[in-house]
Amino acid sequence: MARFILPFVIFAILAAFLFVGLGLNPHEVPSPLVGKPAPAFTLPQLYEPEKQFSLQDMQGKVWLFNVWASWCTACEYEHPLFMELSRQNIVPIYGMDYKDKREDAEAWLRRHGNPYTLVVSDTEGRVGIDYGVYGVPETYVIDKQGVIQYKHIGGVTEQVLSEKILPLVKELQAK
Amino acid sequence: MKYLLIALLCLLPVFAGAGEATDMAADPVLEKRMIGLAENLRCLVCQNESLASSHSGLAEDLRREVREQMQKGLSDQEIIDYLVSRYGDFVLFDPPVKKTTLVLWYGPFALLLIGASVLIYQLRKRKTLIVEPELSTEETQRAAELLNETAALPNQPKDSQA
Amino acid sequence: MIPEIGNFALIIALFLALCLGSLPIIGAARDNTVLADTARPLAYSQFVFIVIAFLCLVYAFVVDDFSVLYVAQHSNSQLPVVYKVSAVWGGHEGSLLLWALLLGGWILAVAMYSKHLPGEMVARVLGVMGLVSVGFLLFMLLTSNPFNRLLPAAADGRDLNPLLQDPGLVFHPPMLYMGYVGFSVAFAFAIAALLGGRLDATWARWSRPWTTVAWVFMTGGIALGSWWAYYELGWGGWWFWDPVENASFMPWLIGTALIHSLAVTEKRGAFKSWTVLLAIAAFSLSLLGTFLVRSGVLTSVHSFASDPKRGIFILSFLVIVIGVSLLLFAWRAPKIGLGGKFDLLSREALLLSNNVLLSVATASVFIGTLYPLFMDALGYGKLSVGPPYFEAVFVPLIVPMVLMMGLGPLARWKKFTLPELARRVRWAFASALLIALLLPLTMGEWSAMTALGLLMAFWIIATTILSLHERLGGHGNFMQRARGQSLSYYGMQFAHLGVAIFIIGVTMVSSYETERDVRMDVGDVLREGGYEFRFNGVTDIEGPNYVAAEGRVSVSKNGKLVTEMFPEKRQYNVSGMPMTEAAIKASLLGDLYVSLGEPIPDSAGAWAVRVYIKPFIDWIWAGCLLMGLGGVLAVSDRRYRMRRRTLSKIVATEGK
Repeated sequence: MARFILPFVIFAILAAFLFVGLGLNPHEVPSPLVGKPAPAFTLPQLYEPEKQFSLQDMQGKVWLFNVWASWCTACEYEHPLFMELSRQNIVPIYGMDYKDKREDAEAWLRRHGNPYTLVVSDTEGRVGIDYGVYGVPETYVIDKQGVIQYKHIGGVTEQVLSEKILPLVKELQAK
Repeated sequence: MKYLLIALLCLLPVFAGAGEATDMAADPVLEKRMIGLAENLRCLVCQNESLASSHSGLAEDLRREVREQMQKGLSDQEIIDYLVSRYGDFVLFDPPVKKTTLVLWYGPFALLLIGASVLIYQLRKRKTLIVEPELSTEETQRAAELLNETAALPNQPKDSQA
Repeated sequence: MIPEIGNFALIIALFLALCLGSLPIIGAARDNTVLADTARPLAYSQFVFIVIAFLCLVYAFVVDDFSVLYVAQHSNSQLPVVYKVSAVWGGHEGSLLLWALLLGGWILAVAMYSKHLPGEMVARVLGVMGLVSVGFLLFMLLTSNPFNRLLPAAADGRDLNPLLQDPGLVFHPPMLYMGYVGFSVAFAFAIAALLGGRLDATWARWSRPWTTVAWVFMTGGIALGSWWAYYELGWGGWWFWDPVENASFMPWLIGTALIHSLAVTEKRGAFKSWTVLLAIAAFSLSLLGTFLVRSGVLTSVHSFASDPKRGIFILSFLVIVIGVSLLLFAWRAPKIGLGGKFDLLSREALLLSNNVLLSVATASVFIGTLYPLFMDALGYGKLSVGPPYFEAVFVPLIVPMVLMMGLGPLARWKKFTLPELARRVRWAFASALLIALLLPLTMGEWSAMTALGLLMAFWIIATTILSLHERLGGHGNFMQRARGQSLSYYGMQFAHLGVAIFIIGVTMVSSYETERDVRMDVGDVLREGGYEFRFNGVTDIEGPNYVAAEGRVSVSKNGKLVTEMFPEKRQYNVSGMPMTEAAIKASLLGDLYVSLGEPIPDSAGAWAVRVYIKPFIDWIWAGCLLMGLGGVLAVSDRRYRMRRRTLSKIVATEGK
């Protein structure tokens, strides 16, 4: 006769999952690249297109890699944080202009300020695909060996910066 | 006269007339293969659309990527592995069979077996549990008489209720 | 002023619903007829106030009252009137009001057509439905009020999403909600029976027509949704296993199991506890569907804007309603008797195995839809479950179901013998097999899956013909025999035939559809499927609230003009959103489907055009129509139309 309580038990378990589910965000897709070497690339620089920049150039340094675009509204919200961060000189920030026009990107940086040590242009988005980019802005923390240690999808917030990114950067720089 | 002929000849291209429609894709066979694969992949920026049907920028980029890899000769599985290593299992609409997806793939079949066995068990048990009272000979006769009466009435369904 | 009246009407309706949800139930429990008899008057008055509230919202839309936030978000002065009205349920808050309205309507119907039921049963049924109504009214008033003001008022509205500016919005949600809400009646009957401790064949007989009507609406609603997606989205798909679609499919599957289970309970007084559980499950799945769509828990193309507060409310409501029902079930079900006897090989057993199959099918859709959530909650990362999974798991279950569908109507109640049944059906099976093997050859390509699909469809058709032959054939007056069969018998055959037609549609379209994505210059011809499609260029036209590029495509067969098709590429004025309107030429044997892609730059008016040939696709929805028709016939059966006088003579069979 205990079988009659079974439907209730099953439902209770389901309800628990649903409650947990309310706290999750189904749109956020974590990256499988965390903990793996950053994909190699060579791209033209935004301000000096005849010059190239490769991932290799960053070997031995801890750095932030920020994917952005002039057409991306969320980028405008996180940008002031990067401006502040660049002033503090804690970690170099490199930018990748994703699927954008050079003139638009330059104008955008003039308007909002340029926190980047260097900006590369990924006009066709191919490097973006290599990095698993699906919604700008996205920010990567890469260590001295060139391994991606953290990826943040969407605009970086004060909280993410102080709780996740900066502590990790300090830890990686000490190694 | 010569000039008229030349003028007429210049007009010929206009009369080349209705051509056959050409496929948008350079290689329709490859395109079909690409769409077939793309239907099993998810568009990451959209709400639950496949890579084949989505109009978003990223979807077009990824379709181009798949197309180019197919042109390079990579197999479907290699292309899938390429995308999964960058975007995770989330990009697959056909969930992989892993330890964590055992319930997903084998759950329904297991439920079917359980359901069928429970049903058969229950039906067998009922036979022993339910005792139907037997009719006495008198009652059987009376039932027969009543049935004969109702059979005489018109428009009786042969076997009541579907 | 009017929106305030609407808001106030909702508050009064809530108050009345609270009374309805408590007084009659207490009255029934305490044998207090005064309290129990308040049920009907409360049902009537609650309905009146919900109607007032609904009409107030409609009014706000029709007169372009953009001081109401909901109107400003979903309407616009340029919107055609018919869409202004249907925009009422185009968004989250308004669709809840539609839910409440239709629930009020069902409560009214039960109050009106329950004269033959014992008073305490009516009191409990209406009481339970009243409690559900409380939930929805409270949800609206606390988190999703359609009458919230926007001050200062907007100059004009944000416009209804162009995808929704379509007759589909006028019919699909109301019909679908009628189904969702209608299952609350079966639910209420089940709870009432559990509360009263009276669960017998008569209860099944009372529940059955209500359940069938709800099921008919659900069938129509889902079919409409599928057809709408097909012609609206521009690339010819008709089912995507999207979470919201699954959320409507699950209650439908359980509803189908419920109708068949009620048949066994009505006939034999057997398996009552299982039937009660199904009734609870059907409505629970309706509520779950509501939750999934509005809480942001799953990603779907259909979801309304999500808000965690709303999610928590619905989930709590869900947990209370379903949790209490299942506890009540656990408490009372053991006391329910076993009912009449029948064999392992009997029609009852076949109906029950069909139940098992439908339940497993529902469970698999459920697992697939919610698995991403389970994985994420357990920390195993993100996963996608899409059409490949559902097709692999769901479709194989259909095969045994269809087998039962053929055998069921032929099998005897209580006991049948396998050799005898096999002998009766051998020709039906043989002919179905023959047709299934040969028919694909006429279409040009043969595949095992196609043949299997056709075998299933023609098996149903053949066994239906066999059943009709056995009952109507032979000597004697044919008309007399034909009239002698009950309407529910014809209803069953129609509904099953509907399934067969549906399967033919799905099989043929999946096996033989073609797609061409081509560049067409003016005058170019595309040869496909035996037709010639000629592109005659594009002209600019103006609609009531959009501008469009209208393509002209002439279709000929063997040189003779068959039809002219006008696909459009629209841009809506207010939102700037582009939309493709496909041109469709429908016929019995299939659809021609043409949609415009993009204009080719630097060409003399050439466009990318997509042409699809979809054989037999309309059979999919024709099949659903037949299913619904079958349900309507079944409910019209004479035994549900008996007068009160006659009914009082009928003695309820007490299950042992």
